[in-house]
Amino acid sequence: MYAQMVKSTGEGVRSLDEMDPQERAFQERIDAGGKIEPKDWMPDGYRKTLIRQIGQHAHSEIVGQLPEGNWITRAPTLERKAILLAKVQDEAGHGLYLYCAAETLGVTRDQMTRDLLSGKMKYSSIFNYPTITWADMGAVGWLVDGAAIMNQVPLQRTSYGPYARAMVRICKEESFHQRQGFDIMMKMAKGTAEQKRMAQDALNRFWYPSLMMFGPSDAESIHSAQSMAWKIKMNSNDELRQKFVDLTAPQADYLGLTIPDENLKWNEEKGGYDFSEPDWDEFFEVLKGNGPCSVERLEDRNRAWDEGRWVREAMLAHADKKRAAKLAAE
Amino acid sequence: MASDAHLFEWLCRMGDNALVLGHRVSEWCGHAPVLEEDIALANTALDLIGQTQLWLGLAGEIEGKGRNADALAYRRDVMDFRNLLLVEQPNRDFGHTMMRQFLFDAWHIEMLSALKGHEHAEISAIAEKSLKEVTYHFERSADTVIALGDGTEESHKRMQDALDRLWPYVGEMFLSDDIDRAVCDPAPLREAFDARINAVLSEATLTRPDSDFAHKGGKTGVRHTEHLGHMLAVMQFLPRAYPDAQW
Repeated sequence: MYAQMVKSTGEGVRSLDEMDPQERAFQERIDAGGKIEPKDWMPDGYRKTLIRQIGQHAHSEIVGQLPEGNWITRAPTLERKAILLAKVQDEAGHGLYLYCAAETLGVTRDQMTRDLLSGKMKYSSIFNYPTITWADMGAVGWLVDGAAIMNQVPLQRTSYGPYARAMVRICKEESFHQRQGFDIMMKMAKGTAEQKRMAQDALNRFWYPSLMMFGPSDAESIHSAQSMAWKIKMNSNDELRQKFVDLTAPQADYLGLTIPDENLKWNEEKGGYDFSEPDWDEFFEVLKGNGPCSVERLEDRNRAWDEGRWVREAMLAHADKKRAAKLAAE
Repeated sequence: MASDAHLFEWLCRMGDNALVLGHRVSEWCGHAPVLEEDIALANTALDLIGQTQLWLGLAGEIEGKGRNADALAYRRDVMDFRNLLLVEQPNRDFGHTMMRQFLFDAWHIEMLSALKGHEHAEISAIAEKSLKEVTYHFERSADTVIALGDGTEESHKRMQDALDRLWPYVGEMFLSDDIDRAVCDPAPLREAFDARINAVLSEATLTRPDSDFAHKGGKTGVRHTEHLGHMLAVMQFLPRAYPDAQW
C-alpha cells in the first residue's frame, strides 16, 4: 500500500489482562470503536508505528507527484492537462493533511522530510517505476489509485482520529482519480491500434507492481497483528490484494485488455480469482533502493529541496522582519 | 465592432498567453521549494489552462473553420502563436518564475478589468470569470516578490537579477496595433500597471530598471524567442505523433 512493511513493536499482541490499567483503558476504547486523539495517552509503540505509517503515506503522496508530473507537460489535450494538474495538486494536498496528522504525534514535517531525503524513511514501492507512455497515466489512476483505495477506505475507520479524518477527505478525491484513470484507459483501449498497444503495455508493466503495493503476505506477521489490534491496519495484505484482483479482472475484460497472468481464473469455490504472486525478490530490491527509478526519484526530491533552500530561508527572514517591525510599532 | 479576423487574432493573443504561461508554471510540478508552493503553482497553472480553453475555444468559433481550442493549442507552430515574449521565458529558478508571474499578473489584472463589460458579451464573461482567479494570482505573486526581495541578501540579489533580466519583456505588453485597438487598447493601462508594480517593488526593496527598451514580436508572431519551439515540441508531441488518435 502507500505504507508498506511498517514495523510495529515487534512484540506479540498482549491480552487485556497483561496490560497495566492505562494501556488496558486505551485498548478497550479502541475495541469499542472509539477514537484516540492527539492529547490522549497512548503507548509509545502506537505513537511510533503511526508516525512511520502516516509518514510513509505522506511521502508516497509527495514522491507520487513525480511519475504523473512527468506527463503534465505532454498531456495530449487541454482537458487532460487540467485534470492531471488537478490530480497532482490533490496529491500534494493529501501529503499536506497527512504531514499535519503525523505532526499531532510529536514529529515535525521538516524532520520527516529530512528522513525521506536521506532515504531513512520509505515511500511506496510503486513510485519507483517509470511512466513511459501516456497510457501509464491511465494505468496509474486505474491500478495504482485503485489499489490505494482498497486500503484507504477501511482506514477511514482507523483508531487515530486525525488520521481517520484525513483519510475521509483523501478517499473522496482518490475515487475521482481512479475514475479518471479508467477513463484514459478506456479511450486508449478503444482507440487506434497504437493506442491499444500502449494500453496493453501499460497494464503489462503496472500489473505486478500494483499487486506488490499491498506488501507480501502478512498472515504470520507479529507487526501486522499488533497494528490490527490497534486498528491502524484494518485488513490483511492478502485480503486486500484478493479484493483488488476480484474488482480489477472484470474491468480489464471490459477494456478488452489482457492481465499478464496465465494463472488468472475465476475460482467458484472460493468466490474469487486465483492469480499469480508477484516477484517478491523484485519487491525487496525496490525497497532497498534498486527500483528502476529509485535513484531518480530521491535525486529529484533532494534537488528540489536544495534548490529551494534560499526561498525557504528568505520567507522566514521576511516573516521575522515583519514580526519585529510590528512589535516595534506597538 | 471588431472584424472576425481581428477578433480571432486578439483571442489567440489572450489564449496563447494563458496557455504558454500555464504550461511553464506546470513544469514546476513536484519540484517547488516547499509543498505549499507546489500546490499554489499547480493551482495557478490550472486556472490558466482553464482560461486557455475559454479564449481559444471562442477563437475557434469565431474563426469558423472547425478548429477547437485543442486544435489551436496543439496543431499550430511557433509562427502562429500570439503570446507575449514574457510568458515564454523559461522558469530558470523560483525567483524568475515568480517575477515573471508578477509582471504578467499586474498587466493581466488591468487588462481583464478593462474587458469587463465589453460590448462583446462572451469576451466580457470570460474576463469576469478570469479576473476572480487573476486577482488571487496577483496577490500571491506580489506577496512572494515582496518576501523574496526583502528576505535575505541572496534572495534579494536573485530577485533583482530576475527583474533586470525580465524587464525588457515588459514593454511589449503595452504596445498596441489595430488588432488590440479593435478590442481593447493596452497602452492606456500602463499608468495603472506602473502604480501597481512600483508599490510592490518598493516594499520588496527592489530597484525598477531605468531602461525603456522593449523586445517585441511575440504577440504579432513576427519573432518569438528560441524557447517557444522547445516548449511546443514537448507539449504537442502526442497529437503530432498520433494525428488520428482521440485522447
